Amino acid sequence: MVLLAALLIALPFLVEAGLGRSWVRVLDFALLYIMLALGLNIVVGYAGLLDLGFVAFYALGAYLYAWLASPHFGLHLPFWAILPLGAALAGLFGVLLGAPTLRLRGDYLAIVTLGFGEIIRIFMNNLNAPVNITNGPQGINLIDPVSLAGISFGRTQELFGLTFAPAHFYYYLFLVFTLATIFIAYRLQDSRIGRAWVAIREDEVAAAAMGINTRNVKLLAFAMGAVFGGVAGGLFAAFQGFISPESFTLWESILILCMIVLGGMGHIPGVLLGAVLLTVLPEALRYIGDWQRAALGRVVVDPGDLRMLLFGVALVLMMVYRPEGLMPSRRRQRELHAEDGVAAQEQASLYDSRA
Amino acid sequence: MSVLLQVDAVGKRFGGVVALDGVSLRVDVGEIYGLIGPNGAGKTTLFNCMTGLYTVSSGAIRLDGATIHNRKPHEIVARGFARTFQNIRLFANMTALENVMVGRHARTRAGVIGAVLRDRRTRAEEADSRARAHALLEFVGLAHKARSLAGHLAYGEQRRLEIARALATEPRLLALDEPVAGMNPAERRQMADLFLQLRARGLTLLLIEHDVKLVMGVCDRVAVLDYGRKIAEGPPAAVRNDPAVIAAYLGTEAA
Repeated sequence: MVLLAALLIALPFLVEAGLGRSWVRVLDFALLYIMLALGLNIVVGYAGLLDLGFVAFYALGAYLYAWLASPHFGLHLPFWAILPLGAALAGLFGVLLGAPTLRLRGDYLAIVTLGFGEIIRIFMNNLNAPVNITNGPQGINLIDPVSLAGISFGRTQELFGLTFAPAHFYYYLFLVFTLATIFIAYRLQDSRIGRAWVAIREDEVAAAAMGINTRNVKLLAFAMGAVFGGVAGGLFAAFQGFISPESFTLWESILILCMIVLGGMGHIPGVLLGAVLLTVLPEALRYIGDWQRAALGRVVVDPGDLRMLLFGVALVLMMVYRPEGLMPSRRRQRELHAEDGVAAQEQASLYDSRA
Repeated sequence: MSVLLQVDAVGKRFGGVVALDGVSLRVDVGEIYGLIGPNGAGKTTLFNCMTGLYTVSSGAIRLDGATIHNRKPHEIVARGFARTFQNIRLFANMTALENVMVGRHARTRAGVIGAVLRDRRTRAEEADSRARAHALLEFVGLAHKARSLAGHLAYGEQRRLEIARALATEPRLLALDEPVAGMNPAERRQMADLFLQLRARGLTLLLIEHDVKLVMGVCDRVAVLDYGRKIAEGPPAAVRNDPAVIAAYLGTEAA
């Protein structure tokens, strides 16, 4: 435990020394995606509601931060005041999205949530006239960096004899939020609410017949997931200093969903692994361009294209050989390897019939 | 005897099909009431109307005087009316213990804040849920299976787990939809014993069953449904000899 804590604290400096400063930013994004993936995991992994518009909540959190802490409206609220507002706004929209979709399941729910994600993005893209709210496709610039205890996270500074770049500051900030997110996710999982979510996922009729108010509990799942997304969005806006609708495309929703599926749906360690892998691997694959240049003298295959290709192949292979994810929960594993369970049951009923 | 469940001229139609045609019955506190009838007679439809899965087309259903028809299932559970399902509907990928703990949902309060902070009240509630769930598993003879996934249990065990889960909601009235279907004679006797024990604990049971021997053995009163109508009601011995019942099961000579 102490070792792990020491590693997490030293990590950005180790990474900077070994791989360069750009990798510290990759770490920051890995933490952001962990928060997002854990949020979506509540909706998809626990409650079993396939949500393809999750990025909308991320966008709402980010835009709210940008509105309240940038020259765009001339407001400059501190980040600790904005994040709860962002969480609340995203949670509210989670309920707004959830309410009309309560009767939908599976594919139909996926399509409606996908539409919702796109609607939010298109709004952000077009709300620059007649009143300029979102500044349209140009996005909002010069967003205030987080400032804590008189230290602005936006500037490189010397502290304790170490050089802290913005990426370092944000690493520690995101780390705190990520740990809190993991803690909350675990606590929710092992609670009355968490059991109700899984029960609804398993059998909604039976869950209702056991006294669960399925409407409220499903809305709660949407809202909780959205809150995680909203907070991550606010942090993202502060970190980047600039946001535009381009950051909140359907691709982001799919990517976050892939992290969950790849890692192991409904299983927190699996989700962490999935988020880290899918943030770090694409960055690592960038080196393929350099290798090509070194080996062949020119870039034959664009690394950007190749990344997508390898990514696709990896996901297809996963679906074929390990559909439950890399680190699945016990439930999930059983569900997708049902033959074993059926065989056991057949044996048991055979045994019963002899009695 | 005071009345616990009052079904008043309940009708249910699906499009043009009349599934229930003015069914009335009365279940008294502390009895085991059997509901029998040929396949398609409307027994499960009546169950679904009573437990809020279907809305009724006409008529009224009252539990202890309060109207429960066309209420949401969770509201009916909260009033003390639990059920099991004909085709077992457990949460297959949750453990036996978790299944029973889900049944505690209506009797517990903890929300998101309680779950995250795990304050003293939430911890006490959780411990209480766990203890009660263990006790119920013990009661139905599944204590040793607490940590098994429900889907891994043998058929008869799944039936008993469903009963334990329903009991966790602290019902006054427990409705069992074909609880011994597919069981061997030894298991059926065990189940019959379980029903009698539940009655001894003060529970009222409503039983849909095809096994006439079991129904005659444990039920205090029996109603017979056929084509959505109640054709007979009374003590098992009287119902068994009712000509209308015999006709419904075996067909009339004219037919």
